[in-house]
Amino acid sequence: MKRSSKLIFEILLAAIALAFLSPVYIMVVNSFKNRAELYENALALPSSLSFQYYSKAMDKMNYLTAFGNSLFVTIVSVAIVVILASMTGWMLVRTDNKLSKIIFLTLVSTMLIPFQTLMMPLMQVMDWIRSNLHIPMLNTHGGLIYMNIGFHASMAVFLYHGFIKSVPIALEEAATLDGCTKFGVFWRIVFPMLTTITITIAILDVIAMWNDYLLPSLTLSDKGLRTIPLSTFYFFGEFTIVWNLAMAGLTLTIIPVVIFYFFAQKYIIKGIAAGAVK
Amino acid sequence: MSKKKDKAWFVLFTVPLLFVFTTVVIIPFIIGIVYSFVSWDGIPANPKVFVGFDNYVKLIHDDRFLASSWHTIKFTVLSLIAVNLFGLLLSLLVTSKLRVSNTARTLFFMPNLIGGLILGYIWQFIFTDAFKLIGQKTGLENIFFNWLLDPQFALYAMVIVFTWQMAGYTMIIYIAGLQGIPDDMIEAAKVDGANMWHRLTKIIFPLLMPSFTICLFLTLSGAFKMFDVNLSLTKGGPNNATEMFAMNIFNEIFGYGHYGLGQAKAIVFFLIVAILTLTQVAITKRKEVQM
Repeated sequence: MKRSSKLIFEILLAAIALAFLSPVYIMVVNSFKNRAELYENALALPSSLSFQYYSKAMDKMNYLTAFGNSLFVTIVSVAIVVILASMTGWMLVRTDNKLSKIIFLTLVSTMLIPFQTLMMPLMQVMDWIRSNLHIPMLNTHGGLIYMNIGFHASMAVFLYHGFIKSVPIALEEAATLDGCTKFGVFWRIVFPMLTTITITIAILDVIAMWNDYLLPSLTLSDKGLRTIPLSTFYFFGEFTIVWNLAMAGLTLTIIPVVIFYFFAQKYIIKGIAAGAVK
Repeated sequence: MSKKKDKAWFVLFTVPLLFVFTTVVIIPFIIGIVYSFVSWDGIPANPKVFVGFDNYVKLIHDDRFLASSWHTIKFTVLSLIAVNLFGLLLSLLVTSKLRVSNTARTLFFMPNLIGGLILGYIWQFIFTDAFKLIGQKTGLENIFFNWLLDPQFALYAMVIVFTWQMAGYTMIIYIAGLQGIPDDMIEAAKVDGANMWHRLTKIIFPLLMPSFTICLFLTLSGAFKMFDVNLSLTKGGPNNATEMFAMNIFNEIFGYGHYGLGQAKAIVFFLIVAILTLTQVAITKRKEVQM
């Protein structure tokens, strides 16, 4: 490329990047302004850095509790999805019969079902379990985790299935001859070889579960159980919107995501590309 | 003996996940089909009355539902174009070995990690107050006004937010596709005198077809099923002018308590999503070329 045209592209890209960032800029600067300052010029830098709206927003959103709830639900759900889906995926690949094929096809074809098609009957099923089997599926983190696992199962099995097909079987056979049980073979030999795809699945699921609003909104009703998207929703619903306070609240909700992105960036971008190409 | 054992292992490894999956996805799906033939208001004490295809007949004559499907189609088409155009443009810029490439790539992807609900709230402020302010300051009041109060522009606002969220995602996939094209192929074309436009349309785009398939699939199903941004940015307003499929179904069931009718809509929604995505994949798959 010629130098002059390269410079033009360089400037163009930088300009697009800045434009891309402008909503974040607007959010952050206005979280520091008082009302008058905000309405005078929403685009200007704040005249002073006061964190009063942050502490207020933190209080009103019940931020620390919500953060803890989100973290707990996401980590436990993802861990269980990874454990169960890798085991299932491996068994389905290594057991070459009709049943495996049927199970796999059923899992894959359900990936097309939108959440809205399942949400109402799902609530009825969970309600039935609660009142007839006395297992508290609704309004508990356990119930939400259970449903998270169900919804993310098919995608995870699908990705593991594709990956395991390319893993050579020889090592497993050798271990079996040495007297290893299937359980031992899987956890000692197979699972460590699946790390790449495990990271991809974990990242995709963390993003989806952390940001999910609809499912938690249907299952959780207690204030103390709310996850971050839920508490953000109620934060915006309860008060007529005071924008500086709202912007402080939104900044707070984004901080964990940015930190996560900062540390796991390489894996996230690789994982997204790998997950999409499936 | 060993066969029996193998079976036991199979059960042990697969049943836990399949059990959860069945109770969360399969059973609700089947019950959902049954519910769509029933009239019920969601209160357990009240009777569920079998009404046959009544709900399906009703939804064909439901103006608000038809309007919401029109909004969804408009939104999906506009988003499909905007997201992929930007994603492709960004991927081409980012892979052209510029100094700001890496930072730019990191930035472009970030909105994708922030949930739709939160994105919608951020942009709500921008489209209402920030836009009004910019309009007053610059005098460009016919571009910068409160977009969310105008039925047409509120839909465009959703397209912009969705594009902001998804462009970086498709960019990543297009980058992966671009990196799969061998350099010497491009060099050979350069030597043969192909200009940049020819290189793009005759070599790069045909070889990018697999990436197009994936990106179109992801944006199509994402746009069609969009709910969070709809809820936080416009709440379907003004006057239901931006109410989309997913939100219409949600309101019908949980807002008005028409469980049967809402579920019938949800089944129709599923059929449309399935047909649409499968056709799209089939079409673009046919256009892929072998290297």
